Amino acid sequence: MMQDISLGRLAKNRLAVVGLVVIAIMVVMAILADIIAPYAPNIQDYSHTQESPSLSHPMGTDILGRDVLSRIIYGTRISLAIGIFTQFIIVIIGVPLGTLAGIAGNRFDNLIMRFTDIVYAFPDLLLIILFRFIFGGGVLMMFLAIGLVSWTNIARLTRGQILSLKNQEFVTASQAMGASNIHIIRHHLLPNSMGPIIVAMTFGIPRAIFAEAALSYIGIGIAPPTPSWGGMIEEGTQAIFNAPHLILFPALCIAILMLAFTFLGDGLRDVLDPKTKE
Amino acid sequence: MLKYTAHRLLWTGIVLLGISAITFTLMHAIPGGPWDREGLTAAKDPDIVKEIIEHYGLDKPLWEQYGQLMWNLLHGDLGISYVYGDRGVTDIILDGLPATFTLAAIALSLALIAGISLGTLSALKQNTWIDHLITVLSTSLVSVPGFIIGIVLMLILAVVFDLLPAAGWGSPQHVVLPALALATFPTALIARVTRASVLDTLHQDHVRTARAKGLPERTILSRHVLRNSLIPILTITGPEWAFLVSGSIIIETLFAVPGIGRLFIIGVFDRDYGLIMGGTMFYAFAITTTNLVVDILYAMVDPRIRYAPET
Repeated sequence: MMQDISLGRLAKNRLAVVGLVVIAIMVVMAILADIIAPYAPNIQDYSHTQESPSLSHPMGTDILGRDVLSRIIYGTRISLAIGIFTQFIIVIIGVPLGTLAGIAGNRFDNLIMRFTDIVYAFPDLLLIILFRFIFGGGVLMMFLAIGLVSWTNIARLTRGQILSLKNQEFVTASQAMGASNIHIIRHHLLPNSMGPIIVAMTFGIPRAIFAEAALSYIGIGIAPPTPSWGGMIEEGTQAIFNAPHLILFPALCIAILMLAFTFLGDGLRDVLDPKTKE
Repeated sequence: MLKYTAHRLLWTGIVLLGISAITFTLMHAIPGGPWDREGLTAAKDPDIVKEIIEHYGLDKPLWEQYGQLMWNLLHGDLGISYVYGDRGVTDIILDGLPATFTLAAIALSLALIAGISLGTLSALKQNTWIDHLITVLSTSLVSVPGFIIGIVLMLILAVVFDLLPAAGWGSPQHVVLPALALATFPTALIARVTRASVLDTLHQDHVRTARAKGLPERTILSRHVLRNSLIPILTITGPEWAFLVSGSIIIETLFAVPGIGRLFIIGVFDRDYGLIMGGTMFYAFAITTTNLVVDILYAMVDPRIRYAPET
């Protein structure tokens, strides 16, 4: 019942629907990349380098003669994976910390939140760069590096939710009936905090996508030749005057995907978390 | 006020200590050392490696190294670059400071002027097409990073139309593109906050009273609405500044601006851990101290903050 009403309200938000459609298309592209992509993403063709868009190469070819459209299609995999999986790491760190702080109160709360403040005071990108050097290569390590830096928002949010919920009557009633703390957290506090957490996750996705793009652009992200949009921009800047399409297409894709998640987040916020509406 | 300031000062000190401790720990967790760089043939020689370790004091116990680091930091010494010979990181950062500061200051002024004007206009014309246009624009621009805006601006204004230089530094023309790219996000954010804040103030009692007294609209706007609407804008200036600082890292690299950010990225490329650590400290310090100043200013403007219980 509730879900039906929520979905109906989400469907009324036109921008959110557009965002959802764009995300769905990108997800399909990522899954079916092997079938959709006209060329293999890493096949080099030195007789056709830096070609402008044409019928055989709709987005042209790059400095090594690889098909840009195919690399864009394969690149959706990295961006979506980074955006979405990073959120799970963020939730795994942020929600327990926030819950603990909210439940424990006083000293312990203070300790956790001050630590959160310190991590928050770090410029994100710099801390991610440090973690990149410690963990080294791999896509999985990239999730970890971005996740370890970006959990502060979710921790603060969860704590706030728990604090405002824990003194409400239904929780007091549950306590009076002898429910354990764990039971109250699992059945009352967390389910009622899910809405804002899901909204925050949705807004976190574009930030992670950008972090990957920025890292790949400065050469410590996804290692070539794996196609990633940020890495494509980095390679393209070498030929910006001869072949501007090399950085135009990946830049547009990053912008479109980030916008899509932001619009979806706006829509979800109106539905799931009406209180924090601006 | 004194108590509040002292409290904030103490807390800033703790944050800085925490940041330096985290950075120090992380730097030591990175495998390898300054002698491990590619292309350094001398580094194969164990005697030389030993000498380097002794020279940089890397053989001392960790707590002693950390103590030395903190002592140096207190003297404004951010450590030594592992790549640029024995050149101090402080020296390198001072080199980049003018470019970075010029860029950030221009971008911030641009963002304040454009953001406040657009936000106020949007609020005064609420629900007209002007309002809708500004709202859609600011919502979109808040979610697209300046890096992408910078690329698009560069492609249009420098590559296609050849109106401005694509990259470099030294003339006023060189400032335009990076400043615009850097200013987009704060402009959009300030416009959104201003719109909400002006709308909020417009419906308050003292504005209605001013209207009832028959004051001209212009006076109401400047004396009663704008002044009160400016407070929330001050609150976001702190985070804003932090954003400008780390945003400028990528923008400076994109437009080849010889600022701190670009030097830092070159350090990243060269795996110059000394420069990376010093740079991180510098950025964290710059952001934390700005937040401190903004908090204190904010408390001076709005007395409610000072007396509010700690949250």
